[in-house]
Order: sequence, then C-alpha cells, then structure tokens
Amino acid sequence: MSRPVRFNIHPKEANTADAVGVAEAPEGYAGEGFFTTKLSDVVGLARKNSLWPLPFATSCCGIEFMATMGSHYDLARFGSERVGFSPRQCDLLMVMGTIAKKMGPVLRQVYLQMAEPRWVIAVGACASSGGIFDTYSVLQGIDQIIPVDVYVPGCPPRPEAILDGIINIQKLVGQESIRRRNSEQYQALMNSYGIQ
Amino acid sequence: MTNETIQQKLQEKFGESVFHFEESYGMLSFEADKENNLKVLQFLFDDETLQFRFMTDLCAVNYPDDKGRELAVVYHLHNLKDNVRIRFKVFTAIETPDVYTASKLFAAANWMERETYDFYGVNFVGHPNLKRILNVDEMDYFPMRKEYPLEDQTRIDKDDEMFGR
Repeated sequence: MSRPVRFNIHPKEANTADAVGVAEAPEGYAGEGFFTTKLSDVVGLARKNSLWPLPFATSCCGIEFMATMGSHYDLARFGSERVGFSPRQCDLLMVMGTIAKKMGPVLRQVYLQMAEPRWVIAVGACASSGGIFDTYSVLQGIDQIIPVDVYVPGCPPRPEAILDGIINIQKLVGQESIRRRNSEQYQALMNSYGIQ
Repeated sequence: MTNETIQQKLQEKFGESVFHFEESYGMLSFEADKENNLKVLQFLFDDETLQFRFMTDLCAVNYPDDKGRELAVVYHLHNLKDNVRIRFKVFTAIETPDVYTASKLFAAANWMERETYDFYGVNFVGHPNLKRILNVDEMDYFPMRKEYPLEDQTRIDKDDEMFGR
C-alpha cells in the first residue's frame, strides 16, 4: 500500500529577517536628501554586483559550474545570473576545463572580443596549470596566453570554491580604480601577452 | 573462408613477398615489404573470394629497438560479406619513413593517414593532402614516437607539493 502523500501540511514561515543582504554603501558624506562619494566607488559597486559571466566550459569543471548556476548554490545571489554567450556583452571570462593547445587561439580570440573592463577566472587545475595533463597537446595553464585575475584550485572544484572565486573577483572589481585600465602597468601586462 | 585459405591465396600470388603469418586470437596477421603494400591491398580488394573492401583502421607502431624496422604501418581490413578481419603490416626505417598511400584505394585511408603522419611522421607518398589533422599546425615533432621521456623533470611551473610528485 502506498503511503499517503503529505506535502507542506505544516508550511514553515520563511525567516528573512537576517537572510537578506544589501550591498553596503561606499564611504561618503550623507545629509538630508543627498549623498556624496567617489565616482569610482559607485562604479565599482555597480560593476561588482552585476557581473556578466561568459562561461568557457570544456570539461568536468563546467559541470560543477552548472551546479553553481543551479538553484541550490545559485550564482544569481551575487548578481551574476545573466550568463552571456557573446563575449561582446560579458565582462567576466570563466575558463573551466582543459584547454588543448589547439584551443588556445580560440580562447584568446574570445578574450580579445571582450570589451574593457574584463576579468578572467581560471577554474580548476587544468585551466590554472594544465592539471594532470602534463602532455604535448595541453596548454599548461591559460595564463600562458591571457592574463588571469583569480585561480580556483581543485579537480574539479566544488561549487563553493567557484563561488569563493567569484567573491574574490567581486573584491577586485569593487576596489579597482577607474583609471587602472589606462595605467602603464596595465599596458605593460597587456603587452607581455602581445595584446595591444 | 578460413585463415588458411587466405594465407594460401596470398602465398600463391605473392610467394616469398608475404611472410610472418601469425594468428592471434583467431585473427590473421601478416607482413609484406613496404614497396608491395599497394599490390597486396589491391589483390585483397579485387580477389573474388577475399573481397577485403573495407578498411576499419590504419595506424602506426613505433619499435625503437628494431633497427631498420622502427615504424610499422598496420592496415586493419574487413570482408563485410563473410565477416572476416585481417591485419596487414609493412615496416619501414625511421630515417626514410616513406610508404605508398592507400587513399586511392580506400577513401577512409585519407584522414587516417593524415593522423598517422601527424603522430608518427610516416610520409605517405602520393597522399593528396598530407598535413597535420589533430595537433596544432606549428608542431615540429611527432609526439607518439618513443623518443621522449615520460615527463619533464625540470619543470618549475608545477609545484611538487601540489601535484604529488
């Protein structure tokens, strides 16, 4: 005999008192009806809480990323629910999985098509260093062809680790000066990768 | 059609030019000089009873210790009518890895010869488009030859502590 189905007969009231987070306002001077602060802080706040990720998933780390996007881990909580599949629209390149040497120029092309400001996160051992594929056909880390901002270790990393990487990217994005992309150091970094 | 009849027919036609007949797990395997590879393949294709008209696979093997016979090119052939398979090998020296192409006889050999060239550097004479198929075009070595150490011990970008080596 089958058991009677009894769903939600005692529904629990959701307690959202402490669960809802609001982005903290940047430092500034507030008064009656106005608030002054630095432009770069406002821009950083806006950027970091509305990152558009571009997933470049080639293997198992991509599966972990799918779990990260799903309702259980829910990347949308961090303002990144809008995954774009056009590099022109996105500002966070997420490289997840083994990048073969033959894939290298493709990845580089995708990076070049993204507009500034752009950030890159290397998820997993393969994207970060080639991982176990110490072989003739595999690129030994994507930082050989494009600059990387955050590396997530793991083979593959759990969704929590990917979220941790995203949070670290958000810290970078939020603190970045508006003029950083025009700085000499940034130009030198780009030149070291042969990107004008 | 049994392996004996195949062997008999081949020896009738080619005599001493086909040799090293052996049977492993019921599958006939034999060898010929590399100059004769197309003649043998054509005979296997055309003969009324043999009819080996399907090429399942073409690959190479590197035997670095076998001087003068370092590279073997292996043809896997299938008679679809009687469901019989055989293996046919030719050996070549690694200094002159020239073997006539089978792509005129079997269209399937085209890409498989490119792959074999890509990984072992076998030069298929007469191939219409002999260039790399799987590896990057800039590669200037043949990665599956047994010439390389398994792992580069001098690497510094991989930390022993993190990679357990």
